[in-house]
Amino acid sequence: MHELSLAESAIALIEDAGRREHFHRVRVVRMEIGALSCVEPEALRFAFEAASRGTCAEGARVDILAIPGEGECAACGIRAAMETAYDLCPQCESRPLKVVRGTEMRVKDLDVE
Amino acid sequence: MCTTCGCSSNGATIDHHHAGHPYVARRRGAAAPAATAAPGAETGPGRTVDAAAASAVAASAAAHLRQVSIEQDLLARNDAEAAANRRAFAEAGVFALNLVSSPGSGKTTLLVKTIERLAGRIPVAVIEGDQQTSNDAERIRATGAPATQINTGKGCHLDARMVGDATASLPLARGGLLMIENVGNLVCPAAFDLGEAHKVVILSVTEGEDKPLKYPDMFRAADLMLLNKCDLLPYLQFDVDQAEACARRVNPDIRILRVSATSGLGMDEWVNWLAAGAAACGAAAPALEQA
Repeated sequence: MHELSLAESAIALIEDAGRREHFHRVRVVRMEIGALSCVEPEALRFAFEAASRGTCAEGARVDILAIPGEGECAACGIRAAMETAYDLCPQCESRPLKVVRGTEMRVKDLDVE
Repeated sequence: MCTTCGCSSNGATIDHHHAGHPYVARRRGAAAPAATAAPGAETGPGRTVDAAAASAVAASAAAHLRQVSIEQDLLARNDAEAAANRRAFAEAGVFALNLVSSPGSGKTTLLVKTIERLAGRIPVAVIEGDQQTSNDAERIRATGAPATQINTGKGCHLDARMVGDATASLPLARGGLLMIENVGNLVCPAAFDLGEAHKVVILSVTEGEDKPLKYPDMFRAADLMLLNKCDLLPYLQFDVDQAEACARRVNPDIRILRVSATSGLGMDEWVNWLAAGAAACGAAAPALEQA
């Protein structure tokens, strides 16, 4: 359940922003979570709900924007979609693709009041 | 981490604080968002009421809402603290390693045997991470090496702040080793940089050959894999080549050593790798101030 640690990190980022931007209630949290990251989106959502209690993000809707995995082959140079972080190059099958997209774990933005 | 609400905090080893967490009352008193959901509505936290009510709420609330950009990584804080640890290790000239594996792979025995082999050559300090007990730190201290135990409570991994706090009480010798034995867990520790020079993953031959495929994040994050308990191979149906192929499938650049802490197989090569790393860190450290 490292999602709980990550949810707490998200709340720390949000509380920092609240002090900086002078808001006291968060209605929507948008996060970008890559398909190749180590995060299970539903576990993160669950953890966020627990960890946000008593904070300005309590009760906020969590929108998770899924970022698909994408990789590049070091040998033949093509780009291809990735299902796992060790997918082989679909063209030359020589090596796993180098991940170029899909490991994101970010808080993107908030709707606040 | 708190056993009541599941929240965690830094300083896992120490006491828990509930600042800003009036969660007992809220849990039992207030209706959870999901409980108010209309049948058929999405029931994720925060996704609550039916569409008509949601749009009405949205219309009245929208006037007061504004958007605030954050654009920050969830691991930003841990990464910043890991970077501070890394600077501290570089200044001290110490070679720091993060040892990760599933429970029971033989990490602690391997550490004890490693320390015994390095005795008189290279100073070793150890941070032990476990959910409970200081058994492992006591095993390390019995070798004469200084060790600090971090108990993570319900926590499933060490983070950079815990390690930063723990190193404050450990002697870090120039040209020495800092061995951080993470919580036995092949999932969560992969994401948390502690400031180490390398993650070293230990896989034992009593596990499955395909573990690297099942837990790819960890094997991708590691630079070195120790295939431990190789003295047991004659008694097992474990395909070493297949296990190594699985590891290289996930991480083509991973270095692999076959070892047995019990029989000593491969331990010279492992200890030499450690000694070379420690010497390089010691040599690269800033010059000591003259007394």
